[in-house]
Amino acid sequence: MGNAPITPARKLTDAEARLAEIFAMQQSADAPQLAKLRTAAFDAFAKTGLPNRRDEAWKYTDLRALLRDVKPLAAPPEDSAKQSARSAAVLEGVSARRIVFVGGYFAPALSDLADMEEGLSVAPLSEALAKGDAATTAQLGQVGKVDDPAFALNTAFMGEGVVIRVGVGVCVDRPIQLVFVAGAQPATYFLRSLVIVERGARATLIESFEGETAQEYHVNAATEVVLEEGASLERLKISREGAAAMHVSTFVASLAADAQLSDFGFNLGGAVLRNQSFININGQGAHAGLRGANILKGREHADATLFLDHAAERSESKALFKSVLDDSSQAVFQGKILVRPGAQKTDARMMARTLLLSEGAQANCKPELEIFADDVQCAHGSTVGALDENLIFYLMARGIPQAEAQSLLTEAFVGEVIDIVANRSLREALTGLVSERLRTR
Amino acid sequence: MTALLEIRDLKAEIAGKQILNGYDLTVKAGEVHAIMGPNGSGKSTLSYVLSGRPGYKITEGQALLAGADLSQMSVDERAAAGLFLAFQYPLEVPGVATMTFLRAALNAQRKKRGEEEMSSPDLIKRVKELAKILDMDMEMLRRPVNVGFSGGEKKRAETLQMMLLEPKLCILDETDSGLDIDALKVVSNGVNQLRSKDRGIVVITHYQRLLDYITPDVVHVQSAGRIVRTGGKELALELEETGYARYQSEAA
Repeated sequence: MGNAPITPARKLTDAEARLAEIFAMQQSADAPQLAKLRTAAFDAFAKTGLPNRRDEAWKYTDLRALLRDVKPLAAPPEDSAKQSARSAAVLEGVSARRIVFVGGYFAPALSDLADMEEGLSVAPLSEALAKGDAATTAQLGQVGKVDDPAFALNTAFMGEGVVIRVGVGVCVDRPIQLVFVAGAQPATYFLRSLVIVERGARATLIESFEGETAQEYHVNAATEVVLEEGASLERLKISREGAAAMHVSTFVASLAADAQLSDFGFNLGGAVLRNQSFININGQGAHAGLRGANILKGREHADATLFLDHAAERSESKALFKSVLDDSSQAVFQGKILVRPGAQKTDARMMARTLLLSEGAQANCKPELEIFADDVQCAHGSTVGALDENLIFYLMARGIPQAEAQSLLTEAFVGEVIDIVANRSLREALTGLVSERLRTR
Repeated sequence: MTALLEIRDLKAEIAGKQILNGYDLTVKAGEVHAIMGPNGSGKSTLSYVLSGRPGYKITEGQALLAGADLSQMSVDERAAAGLFLAFQYPLEVPGVATMTFLRAALNAQRKKRGEEEMSSPDLIKRVKELAKILDMDMEMLRRPVNVGFSGGEKKRAETLQMMLLEPKLCILDETDSGLDIDALKVVSNGVNQLRSKDRGIVVITHYQRLLDYITPDVVHVQSAGRIVRTGGKELALELEETGYARYQSEAA
């Protein structure tokens, strides 16, 4: 592969230099097509380096400043780590097909790949890559045009994840849950998944990220989803990372005609969390619902950045993001809606609401609309505020203690996004997670 | 016997402005008192001071509930001690299911009093009984608290809360406002069911109309932040005739 060219005169940061070094040393048994993909991705990354606050898309999450060093690529986990991962990310009452990864490695003993529903295939990414599966390699990085350094890094280093295919017209009722548990040692994880939902098929995907350790570790995750005509996917991503963890994840989706996407990102912990979504609505009548919720405390920082590209007529997108911020935590919401010429009758709505529970908390909201069609409905808004004192008084006047009144009202605030989740057992499990998180405030 | 509510020379202010100017009132168990008065005479202020709304500050005097100093208790402690304020404008609480709210309120009060919590099935049964008395559809109670309710529906819901919580002292702040005659009868019927020898009720109202349905034992006239006259139920009828003008000039 050789040394990647770093063109700018700027001196590389330690982290950038280390990434180039690791990439150069990466002993590759990759098929030529895959090696080419990785090299192209790393070259693209090297052109800009780590994104910083002068990059509009990364304005509030300066990765160059935040990523001071690069943790080593994860080594295979010890058995003890696997044992402790057994109970990770269990969503009470949700019967899911669990595929577990510990310390960045697939853990077959903890995973359920048996009795696969007809028309469903789930395989570890490492297998598909090792086999040189041409169909997979051809689709990786091709779901949408994403020009982003963090995503490019993921493509350059991607190690493990899944490839899921749901065949034409197949409805998979049982949610598929990917559980990524961090190992005990400082490490960097590059996780990548590809999900193809074929014509008229339907599935539910849960991605859970968990870390028990107080050690610093870095997650760079990416999921690409192809929704063919009339396909439907409900996706739920839960990040409950360790206190010193940095988690950057990229979600890329393409929607063909009449496809339905419902995405929900739920941040419940981690030092720095970034969820960036690139949603390409390419087919008429497609619908994308994008929701997010942050419940943050301490000095946690969560950034939701959204690019919604409407390229077809009569398509809809509804975005609703809610943040509950305590202590000195920070939430960022950036949302850009692009309506391309000819995407008439587009209906796009975007709303970010923040509840501040402390004076030291901070919210940054930046919506953008770029509209090149003349018969569309687009709206955006944001609110930032504290709990309504009058409501607290009303609840207390009925005998509810102050702390409980605040919890009830905060749960109600977050509840608006959770209520949209279609799967009832998932909705209840999420409500439980909210209560649990608020009780430990 | 200790009075249920004993207010002595109470002075209170909001944002530095004195609203209650030496208020005296004694309510004994078993009694229904009506407090009448013109707009701006501090009727709602009295109810907020007693219930402990933030921003309402007692500067002098005392308010005792069954002998306990209200100013030493938080809002929820006052509720657990048996004080209930039926709001003039009950609030909508989006996202909080009515049954969740009722359960949280009842069981928080019971817990504070060292009583056993009510089980969910018992609670649902009790709420159903009360809804029937108040002519409320159970469907409404499956919604978030008061959300989308009409003025009359909110007052019924408020009365239902009061009947469920069984307070020692009920303060009804302009419960008749926004009620049509049918709702007025239903709500009054609910309040009348709460009349008992152990309970005190204070009805704050601008109009005599409500007192046709909830007959008071004692009627007070409030003006400029204190009680200026006290009499029997015939005083309410007299006020209906003469209006409040003479009390306002007296106070000024």
